[in-house]
Amino acid sequence: MTAVLTPTPSTVDTVARGRVRRAARRRLVTTLLALAVLVAFAVTLMVGRTFYPPGDVLRVVLGSDVPGASFTVGTLRLPRAVLAVTAGLSFGLAGVTFQTMLRNPLASPDVIGITSGASAAAAFAIVVLGWSGTAVSVTAIVSALGVALLIYSLAFKDGVAGTRLVLIGIGVAAMGKSVTSYVLSKAGAWDFAEALRWLTGSLNGSTWEATVPALLALLVLGPVLLRQTRALSALQLGDDTASALGVRVERTRIIAIIAAVGLLAFATAACGPIAFVSFLAGPIAARLVGPNGSLLVPAALVGALLVLVADLCGQFAFGTRFPVGVVTGVLGAPYLIYLIVRTNRAGGSL
Amino acid sequence: MTTEHALRAEDLTLGYGERTVVEGLDLAVPPGRITAIVGANACGKSTLLRSMTRLLAPRAGRVLLDGKAVHRLPAKELARTLGLLPQSPIAPEGITAADLIGRGRNPHQGVFSRWKPEDDAAVAAALEATQTTELADRAVDELSGGQRQRVWIAMALAQQTDLLLLDEPTTFLDVSHQIEVLDLLTDLNRARGTTIVMVLHDLNMAARYADHLVAMAGGRVHATGTPDQVLTEECVRAVFGLDSRVVVDPTSGKPLMLPLGRHHTDAAVQTVDAAG
Repeated sequence: MTAVLTPTPSTVDTVARGRVRRAARRRLVTTLLALAVLVAFAVTLMVGRTFYPPGDVLRVVLGSDVPGASFTVGTLRLPRAVLAVTAGLSFGLAGVTFQTMLRNPLASPDVIGITSGASAAAAFAIVVLGWSGTAVSVTAIVSALGVALLIYSLAFKDGVAGTRLVLIGIGVAAMGKSVTSYVLSKAGAWDFAEALRWLTGSLNGSTWEATVPALLALLVLGPVLLRQTRALSALQLGDDTASALGVRVERTRIIAIIAAVGLLAFATAACGPIAFVSFLAGPIAARLVGPNGSLLVPAALVGALLVLVADLCGQFAFGTRFPVGVVTGVLGAPYLIYLIVRTNRAGGSL
Repeated sequence: MTTEHALRAEDLTLGYGERTVVEGLDLAVPPGRITAIVGANACGKSTLLRSMTRLLAPRAGRVLLDGKAVHRLPAKELARTLGLLPQSPIAPEGITAADLIGRGRNPHQGVFSRWKPEDDAAVAAALEATQTTELADRAVDELSGGQRQRVWIAMALAQQTDLLLLDEPTTFLDVSHQIEVLDLLTDLNRARGTTIVMVLHDLNMAARYADHLVAMAGGRVHATGTPDQVLTEECVRAVFGLDSRVVVDPTSGKPLMLPLGRHHTDAAVQTVDAAG
């Protein structure tokens, strides 16, 4: 093998210390985020019309019977909190995967229509066909993959250019939203809460039946994506560089797209397309962790935290109860405008 | 010294979509030497490099590394022997030079394996070789063009390959930085015996720095050999469609091409008249 010219020990030391310093920041931020998610999860279980102290909540979670708390916490709040975490992790992970892979913060699945495609299909399956459970998830995932394929093939011309893909995706997202609206308006039983779920996402009325498929998808597909961490980091340097670094570019992209779309579709089938969580999680994680190293885990945690906190705000911060997607939508829209303004100033390209 | 690896293309045909860019190309890269590929725009130089690192599958023919087709080799195994610095690699926003250089270690690392002392040593060696040690903690997007190019070369060096392919490593650099980069590659070749293949735009730089020159035209190899053999007035006319004079570079003793345009060539005409 290669005869390496021996470097000066002091340089090796500098390199090692710099690496450890950057890793330490990542680890610290990731730990703090995980703790914050845990706290928000606990608060979601404790707070509501009736407050239950941590002791009661813990006993319910561990399976003992606490009068009053068992129903409120065990049946109403726990599925909601678990779905919030599951959906947040899924949206965050899928969003940052797309943004990393396409090297564009605007290329997140909720901006480019993949989430709204899944949502339209789920709404159609539930409201029009009267389906539930796995059938809905399968419809959502098939539709989301279909939309991903559609955007990819429409944007493909001697390779995929980020700008074209984003613009086409925004158009497809609008189509998905209009399909959802149409389906809901045609449905006999027009239910405002149900409509909001499929338009902006909502955790109201979360059940285990809806939560479990999303959780299983996360447990299977999350590790699949995490295995691609290094390959995705290499892809950030461009396809040619990644290939030169021994990454199988097309294979990585296909695995990442299928896993990310799967995560999105299952989460969307459970709680609707919670607005802008995919879009916001990656950039927020990047701000916190710094530019070095992979953002997958931090972005997933930011996603979970966003959904939990936004849901708490939606339930208790205002006089009326808002679905979680309304709150994340209010957070995400200004950032979207900011990004578009900034990229336009930078010379008209994304 | 490094192990000598034989890289060659056999009857290679490459293209994108409908378009064929390289057709029936044969090329052998001399091990342990510096090879420069020159040719007009869109003659297939970059396409040839891309296929050598398996990014582009051949339509016909094959690229062989030590007798094995590169498109059949495991991706990481190939990347431990053969590195490529593309023409415009992308630095993620805000990434530090050290972290970017560290990504060159990818082919030596497993999916979840931890960072090893030899990875640090490789990054340190790459920093020192490219004189970028002081830049290690700086953000790549804040660096000057020349510094950035040295950092990218450092990333390719951290990969520790015996063969290094570079696609126009001196484009966008001013002349002093061009010389700096080409000197660095020469040092690398002399100190470690790394085989270097680079696409260069500047014929004179190519003639000065390369041991072996490959002139491409229309997706084929037009001429190959030492700079003295390849860089001739006939070759420049055939490859670039340009009249020129080739003289001996008084500083290097290598051929130096002086283009003849429609203007400012009175002295050349006089020389020809005097000679004729």
